[in-house]
Amino acid sequence: MALVETARSVALPVGRGARDRLDTFPKLLLDRAARSPHRPAIREKNFGIWQSWSWGDTAREVQELAAGLAALGFKRGDKLGIIGDNRPRLYWAIPAAQALGGVPVPVYQDAVAAEMEFVLDHAEVRFVIAEDQEQVDKLLAVRERLPRLEGIIYDDPRGMRHYAYPFLHAYEAIQEQGRRFAAAHPGFLAQEIAKGKGDDLAVILYTSGTTGQPKGVMLSFDNVIITAQNAIEREGLREDEEVLAYLPIAWAGDHIFSFAQSYCAGFCVSCPESGATVMIDLRELGPTYFFAPPRIYENILTQVMIRMEDAGWLKRRMFHYFMGVARRAGGRILDKERVSPKDRLLYWLGGILVYGPLKNTLGFSRIRLAYTAGEAIGPDLFTFYRSLGINIKQLYAMTEASILCIQPNGEVKPNTVGTPVDGVELKIAENGEVLYRSPGVFAGYFKNAPATAETKRADGWVHSGDAGFFGEDGHLHIIDRAKDVGKLRDGTLFAPKFIENKLKFSPYIKEAVAYGPDRPYTAVLVNIDAQAVGNWAERRGITYGGYADLAALDAVYDLVRECIEQVNRDLAREPHLAGSQIRRFLVLHKELDADDGELTRTRKVRRRFIGERFKPFVEALYSDAKTARIETEVTFEDGRKGMLKAELKIGDAAIATPAAPLRKAG
Amino acid sequence: MSAAKRIGEPILRADRISLAFGGVKALTDISIEIRQHEILAIIGPNGAGKTSMLNVINGFYHPQQGTITFKGATRRRMRPYQAAAQGIARTFQNVALFRGMTTLDNIMTGRLLRMKRNFLWQALHWGPALKEELEHREFAERIIDFLEIQAIRKTPVGQLPYGLQKRVELGRALAMEPDLLLLDEPMAGMNVEEKEDMSRFILDVNDEFGTTMALIEHDMGVVMDISDRVVVLDYGRKIADGAPDAVRADRAVIDAYLGVPHE
Repeated sequence: MALVETARSVALPVGRGARDRLDTFPKLLLDRAARSPHRPAIREKNFGIWQSWSWGDTAREVQELAAGLAALGFKRGDKLGIIGDNRPRLYWAIPAAQALGGVPVPVYQDAVAAEMEFVLDHAEVRFVIAEDQEQVDKLLAVRERLPRLEGIIYDDPRGMRHYAYPFLHAYEAIQEQGRRFAAAHPGFLAQEIAKGKGDDLAVILYTSGTTGQPKGVMLSFDNVIITAQNAIEREGLREDEEVLAYLPIAWAGDHIFSFAQSYCAGFCVSCPESGATVMIDLRELGPTYFFAPPRIYENILTQVMIRMEDAGWLKRRMFHYFMGVARRAGGRILDKERVSPKDRLLYWLGGILVYGPLKNTLGFSRIRLAYTAGEAIGPDLFTFYRSLGINIKQLYAMTEASILCIQPNGEVKPNTVGTPVDGVELKIAENGEVLYRSPGVFAGYFKNAPATAETKRADGWVHSGDAGFFGEDGHLHIIDRAKDVGKLRDGTLFAPKFIENKLKFSPYIKEAVAYGPDRPYTAVLVNIDAQAVGNWAERRGITYGGYADLAALDAVYDLVRECIEQVNRDLAREPHLAGSQIRRFLVLHKELDADDGELTRTRKVRRRFIGERFKPFVEALYSDAKTARIETEVTFEDGRKGMLKAELKIGDAAIATPAAPLRKAG
Repeated sequence: MSAAKRIGEPILRADRISLAFGGVKALTDISIEIRQHEILAIIGPNGAGKTSMLNVINGFYHPQQGTITFKGATRRRMRPYQAAAQGIARTFQNVALFRGMTTLDNIMTGRLLRMKRNFLWQALHWGPALKEELEHREFAERIIDFLEIQAIRKTPVGQLPYGLQKRVELGRALAMEPDLLLLDEPMAGMNVEEKEDMSRFILDVNDEFGTTMALIEHDMGVVMDISDRVVVLDYGRKIADGAPDAVRADRAVIDAYLGVPHE
């Protein structure tokens, strides 16, 4: 506590003016620590027990780390790389760097060494704080090519005992140096913190690079704090929210939800024990406010469905019956609409028998607010959660602008992303692209003026790259990436992501990649979900050797065909997309993987790259061939590469007839 | 890596051990030393007597001839529980865990020998007994953290894949805080990735806790990479003993593995 006290007593004489506006995170932190020093700020499960740090503890830790960095020679304008899972110390590194006028640069922790090298080199990082031996090893592998990198600080000392490099520092050692530095330079830190202004550069977040090299998005304190604050006000977030921080620190979403909003609203953020325990920790914690990309919700639903299929007859019947009730009544009750007394009673009963226990198992018992963003979410998936009484809402956000739109309570729909939040202006360009202006708009891409100029135009409008339109309700609808929306050879509209997402709602399909532009029809490459399909096969007594073997089974082709034909029926109902139904498909023999470059680090499919890599497959989909051969290079977990040969079958799917309009009355 | 490692005095000395089952000679006149903090690998073709040797060391078999000196005390006959009480832990070729119990409970069983309160106190689960259990639980949690098995803490081990069961077994042996850890084929039946993980854990255990280890392993790559010293057995006799590189080049060893006829 001593440091907090000194900081406060030194901060005061600097003048009220500086403290009037809490326009940087270090200032917000000191203010929190002064106002509610004993409220929990961050938690981490360690040795099986949740350990908490209060705002007072956090302020002390951050100041010790900041002083330690200062002792190392970290100066105003320097960049601090942050690499690792969600750990309190890595979150503390963000305001610690900012306190000295430096800029934190979080890096995706599962990036391979070469990807890490690009970001660290491009961002001109001088010091890195890394979680453990794994990350340090990656850094050591590329260190020679990073002349600007002067020091590495590691959090977890395990296995590091024999690393005798002068530039490698244990976190505790830096903290200790920090304490000595602070004692020798009283008031230094408080002055540095007071120098920070709202329009200073706060953080550089690298985009995951769906296309090409990652770009460093520069955000100012104002950008982040004002958008975080606006969203807090709109949703009424309080300081007693519970949040689980499990998404990559380098991702803008996590930066806003687990860091910025926590500092602005004062709620506690909990870090899971490890990546593998997220679901267990989620259940123990029971968050009130939850954020996840659609993939996570999908995985959870898949798990539920698998377990229900394995459950006894009575449980299964009960589940399906009450889920039917929930679909009818749940969403309407959540939106405070009229529901018949009978359904209300059944829903209440279902709550006791099914929804309550189910939500408890998933850790969703206390959820007040759940968001999804990043990709369009399948309407059925969306409805599932809402019908359980979980207030899941879509929002529209970009790294370049933070949050743009949120669905207001009572107006939640599966196919929109909501209305603009305060201060955001939106318009649709002539080509259908969504343009915006807001206080959250980024300062520019770091060292990439051409890309900045292309996105942030001179007239002040920022080009989102997404295609969308405003519905009659004033909600924004996003269809796809503007450049991905294309036309089949006969001119039919083709929105690949729309089709892929519909396919991915099936628990058996993990990934799908749709092809169609300038082709006669739509065809897809499908990745089965190993767990769900494996389970399905086991229950039917179908034997298989491994993933590739499973994927090639005729029975699995039939299973996938059923899913596709269901999607075709859905597509047939959408007037302008009915022509883009899927005719042919192929089940891939390997899982698409970010290590092979097929997915981005945020796990979005790279359609063009996959198209090149599996060219023989794509060509075969548009020929009469019954099979296709390929040799692909794969990267194993340990980094070695190997060749994978495969000959795969191609399946055909039936086309559904477009609904009603064809038959006119009379 | 081994720069800072301090291999010390022998902690266990097996002196001229001979073991026979009826007319079958399993071990003939074998002398082995295991030194403090080292990783010793015992290798040899099938039926060479490797597992018999481990069984002699932890008191499961009683050799007809020879003595075992462990931490200065010489003995001829000893029961496995006495060996355990003296600080010898082991894992088995076929996983020998309590399948219906969780990972945590299995590891806690490794702490039983160190619990001082009797059954009645523990049943009461109050006061000193509770305090004791909390201390042991904390130790078990450190092992869980060390072996990165947090996600399966409360999973019954019977439901776990084989590689993880092996890791839990290692965890239970570590929970005894042994002076000597015997590992019988810790990597049998594992894929490359699991083997790499296991090798790393063995090295980390040795490095962090200084645990002395004797292991039997068939994967030569693993043996050469992780052990400080290798003992080679063939037909119940010791044919080589030395550093991995020296053993690899040894004529008798090559012959034994390539199958040169014996007289």
